[in-house]
This record gives sequence, structure tokens and C-alpha cells, in this order.
Amino acid sequence: MPNNSAGEHDNRVTMQCLVELKQLRKSFGQLIAVDDVSFSVSRGEVLGFLGPNGAGKSTTMKIITGFLTPDAGRVTICGHDLAQAPLAVKRNIGYLPEGAPAYPDMTPARFLDFIAEIRGLHGPSKAARIADTVEKVNLGQVLHQPIETLSKGFKRRVGLAQAILHDPPVLILDEPTDGLDPNQKHEVRTLIKIMAAEKAIILSSHLLEEVDAVCTRAIIIAAGKVVADGTPHELEALSRYHNAVTLAVHGAPADIETVLKRVPGVASVKMLDDAGETRLLRIFPKSPEPIVAAISRAASEHHWQVEELYAERGRLDEVFRTITTKHQAIS
Amino acid sequence: MGNIWVIFKRELVGYFATPIAYVFIVIFLFLSGIFTFYLGNFFERGQADLLPFFSFHPWLYLFLIPALAMRLWAEERKSGTIELLLTLPVTMAQAVLGKFLAAWAFTAIALALTFPMWITVNYLGNPDNGVILASYIGSLLMAGAFLAIGSCISAITKNQVIAFVITVVVCLAFILSGYPMVMDFFTGWAPQVIVDAISSFGFITHFSAITKGVIDLRDLIYFISLIAFWLFANAILIGVKKAD
Repeated sequence: MPNNSAGEHDNRVTMQCLVELKQLRKSFGQLIAVDDVSFSVSRGEVLGFLGPNGAGKSTTMKIITGFLTPDAGRVTICGHDLAQAPLAVKRNIGYLPEGAPAYPDMTPARFLDFIAEIRGLHGPSKAARIADTVEKVNLGQVLHQPIETLSKGFKRRVGLAQAILHDPPVLILDEPTDGLDPNQKHEVRTLIKIMAAEKAIILSSHLLEEVDAVCTRAIIIAAGKVVADGTPHELEALSRYHNAVTLAVHGAPADIETVLKRVPGVASVKMLDDAGETRLLRIFPKSPEPIVAAISRAASEHHWQVEELYAERGRLDEVFRTITTKHQAIS
Repeated sequence: MGNIWVIFKRELVGYFATPIAYVFIVIFLFLSGIFTFYLGNFFERGQADLLPFFSFHPWLYLFLIPALAMRLWAEERKSGTIELLLTLPVTMAQAVLGKFLAAWAFTAIALALTFPMWITVNYLGNPDNGVILASYIGSLLMAGAFLAIGSCISAITKNQVIAFVITVVVCLAFILSGYPMVMDFFTGWAPQVIVDAISSFGFITHFSAITKGVIDLRDLIYFISLIAFWLFANAILIGVKKAD
């Protein structure tokens, strides 16, 4: 069996679409975990895979990486069909499974050595790849400690190191920042952004800030179905908060709400806080057109003492909740 | 082949990274000594051979090998590393073989460490070393069969205790087939051909044939095909049940 991880995908690097899923289906007994999921990911894309717990994110990832066999549908990775050439597919993927499993009694050094050998790396190139990866994920200080004694953050980094060790064109990361502190999250996200240009990356998360921070595209999955697919911006635009304006006025007149409602483009006004000196209002637009300029004009015409005035981009969490709960209600 | 070697190395080193290896080897040597000298009447027999040593091996293996085998796949399942292992570019056969061979090599090491027994008997008399060598080979083959059974059963559960208990029972059935305890289940109703087939499945029949110093091809084939069958079932079962 040929065991060169490099040669096989070299002639395909020019190909843009690295991951392609077609009508994947998988059920466990009565439960339909993945229901007709199709999408593709190109080089340079970081796809955020979002969904409530149990929506089918992990199952989809397990199918892409060849751990689970789908009931129907096709997975193509870097031009290789998963059903026909599972080993070629696995060579082209780096996978961080949920919970970052690793052999607890091994040290990260031995563990990475094992992974490197099974990935077909030998001699100086193996040593160089390991050294490079250890530096990238910042594992140097715990390299010779058994993995079971490591903190959650380090364990996660060992898992990440294992996934990127052979510099694969496709990275599948199941909740890569789960359990990390804010600094560690930032490090991992920076690392993902650095690698993003030459790879196709799929990462699952239930943190919406993460999608904003690293993803070029997001897919929301609920009850096994893809219910939204777009850039984080496009998804935010689905929010009713998209282009809504928040306004804080010091010593505002009592009729401020009626005045605002007459401003062209305004659909409704909501008083958020009128207890103190400063009144806080949120103004929703009729259409997705920005209304912040009109509000600002109205404010200066009426000589309000504006303390805050900003337009919202939209709220992913609200979009997420609306889409996924609506979907659950249907199914 | 390369991948089998990589997995084999990782597994074998793993035994010695934990107390498992040392506990297993010490208990194995201790019990095999006790059996030989107290139950086997090694000295009283006044014969320069290792028959009292080898004849207790099936019983020794009955408890020690399932303890070794129970972790093979159950632990991978429990810790989630099975997902890691099976998404690496290795085939199921490579994974199953690598792990099995490491466990088998480990029992070979434990068995080899009984060499003081061999020295003792050579010091005391003039044993037939050909018979002793054949017995060692037979014992190792039998250990392999126990291990293959244990590996397969460990693949269907993430609970190591369950894996241990079921393996002991299955291995016991293999030891006892040919004996009334197992045969009485079948003699009343099953046709004679099946009764004969079952009784020929016994470990002891084949093992004691080898310990007489004759390595018959049929005994070799028996153990090797038994190992192959259980490992094949092992690979199939993991493929079917890996998600649970």
C-alpha cells in the first residue's frame, strides 16, 4: 500500500473545491441525525458549522472524516471519493474530534511522533514537521508530560497539533476552542486565520462570536438539515436588529418617540430605558436600508443632546435562535 | 505493513508506560511458579521435564489474558481515541493486527521471562529441550488464541469489566470443550458429527498434543485459524459498532 501523504494531493492543489458533500443522510435507529446535507468548501474558506447541540454537526464531521458511514450520499475530498478511496481521503484531512481525544499515558512528544509516523513522515522531515507544529500551537513546555496530566487548554492544543501535523489541505475541527480561556481562544483563532489561506477549514462551534471572529462563511444546521448558509454578514442581515439604531438622548423630550416614528424609513421605536436623565431607545427600520443618517439629521434638527448613536450590524445569536427554534417547531 | 509496525510499537511501549506490564509479568511469574511447584509437584515427580509447568498454562491464561485483552478496544472506545485512530490513514485490518500483535508480543515477553524454570530443570537433570521448545511455542499459540478472543469481545463494549467477564466465559468454554461440563450440553440432542466437532475445538486437546513434543500441522492450523477467525470478527464488529 503506498504510504506517501505528500505525492498524492500535489497534483490537485490547483483544484479549488476541496470538500464536497452531496445529499448526505445518516440515521441512528429512529433518529435522523443528518438529513440531506449538501455543501462544498473551497480553498481559502473557513466554514463555521453552527447548530444547537444534537443538530448533527458532529455526525456530519464524523462522516466527512470517514469515521461513520453515511446511509446515503457522497463525500469527495480533494477529488477523492470517500467510499472508494478512504485512505486517500484520510491522508488529505486533519481532524480534531470532539473533546480532542488523545492517548492519556503518552507524552505529547511521543504522541505526535506516533501520528507523524502513521502519516508517513520519516527522519528529518518528521522532526521538522513536529518542531514546527509544536511551535505553532505552543506546546513546548509540556512536551514530556503525560497527556492525562495536562490542563484542558493544553490537551486541546495537543489535539490541534495532531490535526495540523501533516499540513493537510482540509482541516475538520470539532469545537476547537471549547473549554479554552479567552487568551487561548484568541491564539487558536489566530492560528486558524493564518492557515486559512491555503486550506479548506470546517469548524463547528456553538459560539457565535467565533463565527464572527474567524469564519468566512457559516452554515446553520438544525435537526439534521442545513437551514442557513452565507457569510456571517449575510446571516446577520437576517436579524431584525440589522441596521436597527440605538440612540441615547440626555434630557429627551417626552414626545421623542412620536418624533422618531415620523422619520422616513422608521418602522417602530422601542423605549429601552426612560428611568434616568438619559433615555435609551432602539429604532427599527422598515426595510434593510440604513436609517442612521436620517435619525442623526432628526436629532440635530430638534437639538437633542445625543450621548450615543449607533447602528447594529445584526445579531447572529438572534438569527440563530429564530432559525433553529422555528425549525424545531416544524419538525 | 508500515502502519502495523507503527501501531504495534505504540501499543507495546504503552504497556511499559503504565504499571500494567509490571503487574502482569510479576503475577504471571509468581502464579506459574506456584502452580508448578505446589499443584504440579515439580520435585516430587522426580522427572526432568516442564510438564507440570505447562499443563497449568490454560488455567493461568484463563484469567490473565482476558485482563490484558479487555482494554484493547474497550479503552479506545471509552477515551474516544478510537475516533482518532480510525480517521488516521490506516485500514481496519492494520489497526486490529497492530494492537493484537503488540499484546501477543507482550505475552511472549512474559512467557520468555519464565526462563529460570528452564534453567532449573536443565540444572537438575537432562530434559528433552526439543519438547520444552515445542511446549513454549504451543503455549504462545494458545495465548494468541485467548488474546484474539479477548480482543474481539473487547471491541463490542466500552466497559472493560464486561469485556473481561465475557472473555473469561468464552475462553472457559474453549478450554472445557471436550470435557463433560460442556459436552453434556450437546450429547443428548446434537448429532455425533457436531459433538465431535465441538470436542475437537478444545484448547487442551491441541495444547497437550504440542506439549508432548510433536508440533502437528493440524494443531498449528487449529490455533492460527482460531486467531484469524476472532480477529476477522473483531474487525467486522468494530466497523459495525464504532459509533456506539
